[in-house]
Parts: sequence; structure tokens; C-alpha cells
Amino acid sequence: MFTGVMVNTWIAATAVAVIAGVTGFFAVLRGSTFAAHAIPNGAFAGAAGASLLGLNPFAGLAVFSVAGALGIAGLSRRSRPDVATALTFVMMLGIGALFVSWSSQYAQEAYSLLFGEVFGVSTDEVLPILVLGALSIAAIVVMFRPLMLSSALPEVAAARGVPPRRMDLAFLLVMALATSMTVPVVGALLMFSLMIGPAAAARSLTARPVLAMTLSVVIALVTVWTGIVASYQSNWPLGFFVGILGAAFFLAGRAYAAIRRDRTERSSDRPANPGLVPG
Amino acid sequence: MTTNDLLTLDHVSVRLGGREILRDVSFGIQAGQFTGLIGPNGAGKTTLLKVILGLQPVTSGAVLLDGSPRSPRDASIGYVPQKLGIEPDMPLRVKDVVSLGLDGHKFGLRLPSRARRELVSDMLTAVGAQRYADARIGELSGGEQQRVMIAHALISRPKLLLLDEPLANLDISSEQGIVSVLGRLARAERVAVLLSAHDMNPLMPVMDRIVYVAAGRVAVGDTDEVVQPEVLSRLYGQHVDVIRVHGRILVVAAPEGVDEAEAAAEDAGVIR
Amino acid sequence: MHYVFEPGFFASGPVHVALAVGTVVAITSAVVGVFTVTRGQSFAGHSLADIATTGGSGAFLVGVNQFWGYLAFGAGAAAFMEMIGIQRRRGRDVATGVVLGAALGLAALFLYLGTQYSTTTGASFTILFGSIFVLTPSTVPALIASALLALATVAALARVLLLTSLSPDIAAARGVPVRAVGAAFLMALAVSVALSAMIIGAVLSTALLIGPAATALRLAKSPVRAAITAAVLGVLAIWIGIVLAYDSFYWPPAGRGWPVSFFVVTLIVGGYLITYLRRDRQSAPQENVDAEQACSPA
Repeated sequence: MFTGVMVNTWIAATAVAVIAGVTGFFAVLRGSTFAAHAIPNGAFAGAAGASLLGLNPFAGLAVFSVAGALGIAGLSRRSRPDVATALTFVMMLGIGALFVSWSSQYAQEAYSLLFGEVFGVSTDEVLPILVLGALSIAAIVVMFRPLMLSSALPEVAAARGVPPRRMDLAFLLVMALATSMTVPVVGALLMFSLMIGPAAAARSLTARPVLAMTLSVVIALVTVWTGIVASYQSNWPLGFFVGILGAAFFLAGRAYAAIRRDRTERSSDRPANPGLVPG
Repeated sequence: MTTNDLLTLDHVSVRLGGREILRDVSFGIQAGQFTGLIGPNGAGKTTLLKVILGLQPVTSGAVLLDGSPRSPRDASIGYVPQKLGIEPDMPLRVKDVVSLGLDGHKFGLRLPSRARRELVSDMLTAVGAQRYADARIGELSGGEQQRVMIAHALISRPKLLLLDEPLANLDISSEQGIVSVLGRLARAERVAVLLSAHDMNPLMPVMDRIVYVAAGRVAVGDTDEVVQPEVLSRLYGQHVDVIRVHGRILVVAAPEGVDEAEAAAEDAGVIR
Repeated sequence: MHYVFEPGFFASGPVHVALAVGTVVAITSAVVGVFTVTRGQSFAGHSLADIATTGGSGAFLVGVNQFWGYLAFGAGAAAFMEMIGIQRRRGRDVATGVVLGAALGLAALFLYLGTQYSTTTGASFTILFGSIFVLTPSTVPALIASALLALATVAALARVLLLTSLSPDIAAARGVPVRAVGAAFLMALAVSVALSAMIIGAVLSTALLIGPAATALRLAKSPVRAAITAAVLGVLAIWIGIVLAYDSFYWPPAGRGWPVSFFVVTLIVGGYLITYLRRDRQSAPQENVDAEQACSPA
């Protein structure tokens, strides 16, 4: 399981898990869960279009995921973000449906783009994945402070000259970039699970940002590695294990948080807050 | 506190998250009385209102309406929250919002009726909101929304009206408008009012009594009785000064180094 | 007339069924959608479509009528979301997302197991997009009954839902069981979405749920007008979409017709965007509210 072709699988999957852990932490923090689902799915439609035109599906992935990010950010300026996301999402898939109907032999590729072909990652696919992954991480590192501030305290960030809308767009674009590299590996539908489950679990365990982000990556790695082993042994799809494990970690995190909250409630008396004296 | 009070709080304490938010709070409100619930931010005013509404359970003590505990579907308390967390696209016109005050808590469909329309229209006129009756609630200013929510709360003829910091985000002229509407309506409809604020001055023209909250405890009585340095210092647990200037009252923390002995309170009859 | 309606349109059996079914689905989705958008539950509405579709695959796998699979998974997911859900909107979306992720994992498994036993290579496409022209008439009575149930539930809850959206505290103080009402609405949403996902696919289900409602909220001020406007817009999108799809049979490039979903989605999104061409008086209030919050000491 650790030799030959599988080496590529391990490398690619590890890279994907790291990206998903980092990006997912911010997605959960910013409440961009829907966008984390919409952008990969929309990207899938672009891959369909690209392969129809005889182009590299990667290019289609990239174009549509960026278009999705722009669409969501653009519509969010005037509408509720979840409505903006829903409409952008259905539009991209509608166009995808059109492309797929024009091409006559897309079904098998569709399956692999939706659910991933992690066991079929070839050597020359690994390098672009690593490069794009490194770029996404670099972008997040550079933007870390303003991104944290605008995620946690949007008005304060705006007052300090960090326009919240530009941060929205920047983050969505990073998610688009991350998506382009990961969809061929774990598939559109499962990139989402890998982003949300581990990050949500991490946030239930700790509120400290850097620790939560690290935990998010760790849990994502554990999820993916366990998934690969299980998938290799059983032949069942990786996505199944990723989805179930993600949910399991999330529930475990919530249970832990609930227990810790109960313990605080029962702790010893503290006197009343003297309050602020108005002057 | 007397036995025929409309609202009675009897030694109410509330503990949340390991902290004691309210400690041994007791007071009564009589029918038609306008009471200001005054205190700094974080003192427990909102918690107190939620306790009265039944939204926050008490750790000990009792809340009584007309002598008996409050039942869940009691319509005799109207409530105006501090802010509405609504989006601009909320599909409710002002008249729809006020209409919900009559039957928004009921299930099923109902047919339109002229009687209801007239009731809504009269209420809107009474609060001075008739001219924007057809506007979306989400597009109004803070002061306009307050008026609408007052109409919403009063249309079901409650005996007690609670308002949570209604003046907090208003400019001065809106403030005065709301205070005069409340004063007029309270008297006309014989509704008792309990209104929380961190600044008592705009309420002086209409307030009958004051419940001053600080550090989870209260001091109750007339303004002149309660807003005194000794009383308030005892509440806050540190020395405060009360400054009266041009008919307005300011409560301020004393500078460092003031003799703590000056801050001793003795009036057991006022503090409960 | 001939340019708009290709010959044979009005005589075609599948077209009749498609129009009838499409109309019922559009109306139900639109009305439920108005409350879904207002309550900020668009993501839940979309997720339930994907989850219900997973149920369909599962039912197909074990040889049970797909209808029950869609319904069971939809309702089950709604119940689960309600149980683990949190009050704050963000927490709720994350919980929804996790349930969706688990369901998608199951979908992967079902599809894989399905291909072990048969060669349904087009399965994933049909699952996402559905095919309104390949409906069996026997599903129609069950669909209409379930749609009416969902509509009736939402109508009965309408005032309480509006009051709760206006202020959950006021509703709770008036004795409204806010949590139970939310759960009942989520169940009605799940039923409505499960049905539309089964008939027209997960993508169109979401489009018909969110699009007409969001457009109607920009145009109409009262709840009744919003619901009616949304229903009209949804029905128009479906009808015109079906007409165009039928007409497109002879269009390039493939001579097979363009998919209905493309037309319906484009009409819906287009309709929404057109409302922005009016002189915009609605972008300002959100700024005002934010400014107030930023300055307020409370």
C-alpha cells in the first residue's frame, strides 16, 4: 500500500488535507460553509465544459471556480450571501448541464470529478497539485492577520482600513484556487467534507486561532489517511470514509465542548459584575 | 411591594455561566405606573426584563403577575426589544407588523377583516407612524422602528409594557418623540411601563419611580430617594458621586483616593 | 406562433405531465422558499436536496421505490439537523454542512455499489440534474398529496414564522414554541425539497426554491404578495423553460435538445438580476444598520 503508484496518492492526499484544513478553518470561521460547497461543485461544471472543447479540464476547473468566487462575491454586495451563493451555484451547474448534454461521452469523467480518483493520481499530476497547494498556503499566510480580523470583527477591521468586501473576495479566490487543485484528487463533493468537518471539530475543541487551525489540519490528515487505508482495503470510495469520519469528528468535538461547558456552569460562585460606571 | 401590585419580583436571583447576574432582587410595580430601570451596561437590566418575560429562568425567587406566577401564553405583558435583527428584504410592511401584534402567535390562516384593519390604523396613528404604514419594516430608521414596535406591543392591550433600551441608538429629537409617545399612551391606556436605560435624564418628565440596577442588585423608590451618593455607592460597591446640573443628573465614579468612609450607606428602608 | 412552439408541443403526453408536475413543484417551492430565504435557511434547503437524492440512490440500490428513499433521507436529515443544530446562524450552517458531507459520502458509496451490480454510468448526471421529461404518471398523485401537505404546514405556520423572524424573543414571550415551530418548518422544507429533487433534480430544486423567492422579496412588500409573486415567477420559469427545451430539439450542436434545467436556471437567475436594473433603493439600509452597530456602546 505504500509503494509505487500509491506514493503519489499519499503525497497528493496529504497536500489536499493540509489545504483543506487551513482553508476550512477560515471557511467555518467566516460562515462560508455554503460557498465551500458551491465553488467546488461549480468548478466541476467548468471541467465538463473544458473537456467538451477539448481543453485541459484543469483549466475549466480553474476558470469556473474563479468565476464562482467572483459571482458569489459580486452578488453578495447587494443580496444575502446565502442567496448569492445559491444562485451562483445553480447558474454554474446549469451551464455545466448544457456542456455535458452537448458532449456524448462524459459520464465516467463526471463521476471521478464529483467523487475523486485519488488512487489514479499520476506522477505528472502531483507536481501541479503541490505547487497550487503551496500557493494557496502562502496566500493565506500573507493575509493571515487581516483575514482573522475581518472574520472575527468585521467592523473593527473596516475601521482599520481592511475593507470587508475585499477580504471576502480574496478569501473566496483562495478557496477557488484550493479547489482547482483538490477536485481531481478527492472530488468536488468531498473537498467540501474535508474542509468543513475537521475545521468544525477543531473549533469546538479550542477558540485559539492558530491552535484551531493546526488541529483542523491534523484532523483533516487523520481523516484522509484513515480513509485511504480503509478505501484501499475495502474498495469502497474514499469519499464515503471522508464524509463519515468528518461527521464523527464534528460530533466528538461538540460532545467535548458540551461536557466542558457543563463543568464551567457547575464551578464555584463568582460575585456579580460591578458593571461600568457611566461618567 | 404591596399585595395588589401588578408585577412583583420576590427575592429573584439569577446565576448564569458561573456568574451571579442578579442577586436578591425584589420590587413591585403598580398598574399604570411608569418605572425606569436604570443602570450601567452589563448591570443586569436585560436579564431582569427576560426574567419578567419568562425567557430566562430564575435560580431562586419568584415573578408574580397579579399575585400569581406567569403562565406561558399570558398576553398581559407587551415587549419592545432593543433591536430587530431583520434584513431589509423582510416581507412585512409596518401595518403587517402591527397586525402581528394581535395574532402573530396563533397558528392557521385568517381572513382579512375591516375591524382589524381599523384597529391597526388607529394604533399607528396613536404612535405617529401612520404616514409610513405601507413601508417595509426593514427600511425604517431606528426611531421609526421603535414606534412601530410600540404599536405592535400595545395593540393587544397589555397591562404591562416592557422596553429594552429603546433610546439607546436614537438621536435627541427621536428620543424625545418616543418618550412623549410612551408617556401619553401609558396614561391614556392605563398601561404600566418598565423601560430600561443607561441614562435616566430623558425619562425624567414621565418617570414615576426608578429601579436602579448595579452589580446585580437594585435600589427602588422615587428618583430623589434612590439617586443619592450613599445609596448608589452601596450598590456599586465603590464610591460614586451624584451631580445635579441644570435639572439633569449625572452619576460618576469618584477619582482615586477619596475616603472610603464617605461611601457608607445606611438607608435600609430603600435598599432591599 | 410556429416560431415559439414547435409542432407537436401541445399534443405531447410527456409535455403535459411535465407541465402539470412542474407547476405544482414550482408553486410549492416558491411559497416554501419565501420563508426559507427570510429565515436564512437557503443552505439547508439546498443541502436537503442533495441529501434526499442520496436517499433515492440508496432506495434504488435496495430495490425500494425511490420516492420513499428521497422522503426518508430528507426527513431524517431535517430531524438530525434540528437535533445537532445551534441557534446562531453560522453554527447552524456548519451543522448542516457536516450532515451534507456525510450524506455525500453515502452517495458515493451507493453509486459505487450500484455500478457493481449494473452499468448505470449516467447515474451521477441524472442524480444532479434530473429529467423532467421522463416522469412516470404514477408518481403524480403522491407528489401532489405531499406538496399539498408541505404547503398546508407552511400556511398554518405562516404568522408564527413571521413573528419569530421579526423577533424570536417577542414570539417566545407570547408563548410560541419557537424551537418546535422551527423543526416543523424544516420538516415541511425537507418534504418539499425531497419531492422536487426527485422529479426535477437537485439543481433545479434549489433554483426553484431560492430564485423566485429571492426575486419576489425584492419586488413585494407583504407576505401574501411575496408568496404570490414567487409562485408566478416559478411557474413562468418552468413553463417557458419547458417550451424552450422542446423547441431546442432541432437546435445545434447535437440535435438532441438542450436540457430543461439550463433554461429554467437561466430564466430564474436572469429574472433575479433584472430586478437590479431598477433604480436601486435597497442597498443603503444595510450600511445604516452596520454603522449604528459600530458606533453603539451597547
